[in-house]
Amino acid sequence: MRTQADPFPSKMELLITRYVKLQDGRVWLNGIVEYVSELGSANELFRSVYRHYRTDYPKFFKMDNLCKLAFLSAEILLRGTDVLQKYPAEQIGIILENASSSLEYDQKHLESVRDRDKYFPSPSVFVYTIPNIMVAEIAIRHQMKGENAVFISEQFDPELIDHYVSELFRNQRVSCCLSGWVECYRDHYQSFLFIIEEKDKIKRCKGVQEYVTLNILNVERLFKGKPI
Amino acid sequence: MLDVFVGASNTITSMGFSTAEHVERIKANQIGIRIYPGGNLYPTPVPLSLIDSQGLLDLFRKCLNKTNPDLQLDSFTRSEMLHILSISDVLKNSGVNITDSRTLIILATLKGNMDLIGGKNRPPAIEPDRVYLWKWSEFLGSFFNSSNKPVVVSNACVSGLLAIIIGSRLIKAGKYDHVIAAGGDILTEFAVSGFQSFQSLSPNPCKPFDAARDGLSLGEGCGSILLSRHHSLCGIPEKIVVAGGSCTNDAHHISGPLRSGESFCVAIRRALEEASLDPPDIDYISAHGTGTDYYDETEAKALSLAGLERVPVNSFKGYFGHTLGAAGIIESALAIASMRNNKLFKSAGFENPGTSQPINILTDHAVKEVNHCLKTASGFGGCNTAVVFRKI
Repeated sequence: MRTQADPFPSKMELLITRYVKLQDGRVWLNGIVEYVSELGSANELFRSVYRHYRTDYPKFFKMDNLCKLAFLSAEILLRGTDVLQKYPAEQIGIILENASSSLEYDQKHLESVRDRDKYFPSPSVFVYTIPNIMVAEIAIRHQMKGENAVFISEQFDPELIDHYVSELFRNQRVSCCLSGWVECYRDHYQSFLFIIEEKDKIKRCKGVQEYVTLNILNVERLFKGKPI
Repeated sequence: MLDVFVGASNTITSMGFSTAEHVERIKANQIGIRIYPGGNLYPTPVPLSLIDSQGLLDLFRKCLNKTNPDLQLDSFTRSEMLHILSISDVLKNSGVNITDSRTLIILATLKGNMDLIGGKNRPPAIEPDRVYLWKWSEFLGSFFNSSNKPVVVSNACVSGLLAIIIGSRLIKAGKYDHVIAAGGDILTEFAVSGFQSFQSLSPNPCKPFDAARDGLSLGEGCGSILLSRHHSLCGIPEKIVVAGGSCTNDAHHISGPLRSGESFCVAIRRALEEASLDPPDIDYISAHGTGTDYYDETEAKALSLAGLERVPVNSFKGYFGHTLGAAGIIESALAIASMRNNKLFKSAGFENPGTSQPINILTDHAVKEVNHCLKTASGFGGCNTAVVFRKI
């Protein structure tokens, strides 16, 4: 709720140039279903998505499910785009939200230290007990070195993303930003990732009219699969 | 350009329950890290900096009697008590109304209610879902009747400093007038065993940047700092602003730094650029300085690459350890105390230079006019942050 006039009205128009969603055994790219699986568990599904998209990245199998979901979503989102070539690595940001942080691996780590007779904490588990490792996995894979943050929210909060990412663009901290929601706890998983770019930096070509202006309402609609 | 002023702060560690108490103890060269015998937190003896539990309960009881006398002590977790005490102290010492729709609380943490993970130690009066950070933050927000849902940032060990950057940006964007950046982590076997599994913990109190450094010491901590558009509400007479800030990612390794320090240096350079400063303009650096071999080496390289090798620098972690989510807030609060008093504190635990790029570590307390202070932090996940504070 804003009661005062914005002292810095942003003249910059920001666009969502591509978006991906992964939930209920389906993958949507720009609102169109690309892959459907009947597999029930998150782990099985993530493996099948990995294979379907012919991914070759052995580190994937060491990741916890939260990172697997973030990694796959970014992989599908960035494939076939030129953003990694177009923008300097330091100008590409990653701003994500989720609800459960890394609770699944938090519990797994605690299990390994609870019993003093079976005490074996492992660094390969402990490292996944912070949610921003999902940012690191995406950053390492695609060499994105700019602004990064993980926010925790009960539900996807498009307002925070809109406010914060818009300020990063206005302040020239980013020229491109990968943003959205990556939530995974046991077999409940949901991701919604999108690429944000400045309208002025996108070459006019076929399909430009399909891009969506970044604002709270539009992000909410894309997240819920409703028409813009 | 709109200024974001830094205001009243609070600091809670083993060394006390206010920023002023910390300054006094640090001046007197006291250290809060002790070697604890093996027990609940770790099977063998380990150096830690732990908050005095009885002191916490006494102060919290007083705070509750004043504000919410009908609430029971056992309906709060340790982390919630710390955050309520810390934020209440900042409110008491400033003119900001936390229920105002233009005020936002930003919470920085790794684990929030770390003691509720796994659920076995949960007291009956605590709902199970307070293990979720969103629920923990919702509980704190509703305790203060805050109009806005608190924002939670969980970005490993840079969370605290990043909360200050985020708060400053949201104010500059015109979304809020006041932000209380608060953060903290308690210590349980969860964190102690985890860092020990990485062999990151020193068997002795940590020695940041020293030649004989061999690991970090963990510290319990909670801190709060006020950011506001209005200096008159800040509660401190000096005008100190957030002049620049940046957060970068190494894109190199999930649990180790990019040892060239290049990416860390980019964060520092960007913070300086935003503040329109050259390296010689910086009077003092409050470094991350954990006491681990690689991270201190990387930070020294980054500072040197940025042209800051001659600037006096300290790490506060030699006093009260690495306070995880609180570190950036607590250490900023103390750095700002240095700016206000023009007094720099020695870097506890440091004796002999031990980084390949020499930097100017404070070996004694010193008197120096500080107009520009750089605060840095880095952490797991390859993140690096830097903030410049300016006295105007």
